[in-house]
Amino acid sequence: MFDPATITVMLVKLNALAGGLFLLTAFGLVATRQVFACLRIYVGQALLLAFSAILLGVLYGSVHLFFVAAITLAVKCILIPRTLRRTVGQDIYARREISQTLNVPMSLLIAVAIAFVAYAVAAPLLTISTGPNASINLPIGIAGLFLGAYTVTVRREAIPQLLGILAMENGAFFAGVAIAPDLSLIAELAAAFDVLIIALVMGLQTRKIYKYIGTTAVGEMTSLREE
Amino acid sequence: MVNKILFNVIQVLVVMAFAPLVKGILTRLKENVQSKRGPSIFQPYRDIWKLFHKDEVVSVESSWIFRFTPYIVFVTPIFVALLIPVLTGYPLFFAFMGDMLGGGFILALGGFFATLAAIDTGNPYGPMGASRTRMVGFLAEPVFMIVFFTVSFVAGSTIPYIVHKYWVTPLTNFFEPPHVLLMLSFLMLIIAETGRIPVDNPSGHFELAMIDESKGLEYSGRGAALMKWGGSMKFFILCCIFLNVLVAPWGLAQTQHLWDVLLSIPLVLFKIFLFLLALVVIESSLAKLRLFRITEFLGAAFATAVAAMITKLLLM
Repeated sequence: MFDPATITVMLVKLNALAGGLFLLTAFGLVATRQVFACLRIYVGQALLLAFSAILLGVLYGSVHLFFVAAITLAVKCILIPRTLRRTVGQDIYARREISQTLNVPMSLLIAVAIAFVAYAVAAPLLTISTGPNASINLPIGIAGLFLGAYTVTVRREAIPQLLGILAMENGAFFAGVAIAPDLSLIAELAAAFDVLIIALVMGLQTRKIYKYIGTTAVGEMTSLREE
Repeated sequence: MVNKILFNVIQVLVVMAFAPLVKGILTRLKENVQSKRGPSIFQPYRDIWKLFHKDEVVSVESSWIFRFTPYIVFVTPIFVALLIPVLTGYPLFFAFMGDMLGGGFILALGGFFATLAAIDTGNPYGPMGASRTRMVGFLAEPVFMIVFFTVSFVAGSTIPYIVHKYWVTPLTNFFEPPHVLLMLSFLMLIIAETGRIPVDNPSGHFELAMIDESKGLEYSGRGAALMKWGGSMKFFILCCIFLNVLVAPWGLAQTQHLWDVLLSIPLVLFKIFLFLLALVVIESSLAKLRLFRITEFLGAAFATAVAAMITKLLLM
């Protein structure tokens, strides 16, 4: 029953499942109203990324991918949520609803269209790299990238916008683990700490903005005013 | 041949006999979660029995639709029970008559007449509930479509007996992302379609907040009994479609022996019980959505179904 071929098929399918759920979390970041729920969805997305990295590590026999998974878990599932909770005050999270430029069903529909665009963009690339894993991870990673960018444009609040940027990075990694399993460790470390610093700096900025202006709806701040 | 007709009849009888029990267990479990004792699980049977023995009052302003509707609501789930796998893993005598889309249309017919009957009497709450049900209905419709298309895209068929074998042959198919995402999406659809909590509160008694319940307010006596019974059968049928067709065919009879078919009754009921446990967790941990948030709920179901389709495209 457990011959290697079956296990390989199983792992490929599980990786595909992680990909599907990854896409779902990307949709979730676009449409969720609560700030806390957004943060949790982001952590879930990072978990799926780590899960996929572990599966691909087993499939490709690559130790690097296990390091990627470990770094992802440490930085994105533990450090970034903690940093964001520390730097940004509690009262920002206490708010339940986030303002959006478009209403939720509309932005979901556009997100679905963007996912199809990502599929169309990735299709020519797939002719170069082969294998069932790349054909899942590359389009979904690109879709994650696009949807992260879309989250930044459609959201008006600072924290979800920040999470959108971080989700873009998640998407890039999700595509990366499949097509470059032997990326050198220093690059992974650099990217991970980059993200951490981004979260820290933007969290502090958000706190400042909230302190001076009393809101974090940065989408509505369109003009400078001199005192 | 004779066997298959007999099994088909058994299937219908099981649906008719156990549908109120499923409703009763669900109500009881929900009350238990709220640390109340709750009514007996056989309460729906007593309700239906009592209603059958009461006089029926029909408004003089109503037309034949009002009198006719309880029978349609009662009969349509029985027709669907002939088509789908409730107890057996192989098609029975009447199964050739329709696929999943056909079953969906038959169920929709019952809903359509219930809506018309709610408008028929001129009771102010009836049309309100009816229009709200239609709102949920037409938002759920595209999701149904995408789910069925994705199912036929993945499994290569819309006939339930072919679809449910596909998910477990080989077993790794069970973990395919389209399958998992379709299950999620269809679960949200069942919640919306049967009026469970994030969409509608089935135990609420405040007319202005009602969606599904207010359609049956005008019925009394035998009509009310048939509406109640038909509603619980519709729930049972949707559970069967979800569990036996979309999740997995485990617990269904595979051979043509009578004992095997009878043995599958407790197994299927056990499967439904597990599903009810999950449903109770969902219903007890979420709050009812505001009316115009239902679009978002069903939008999420739509996005999930489309994600299932996209991942299937990628896997090809």
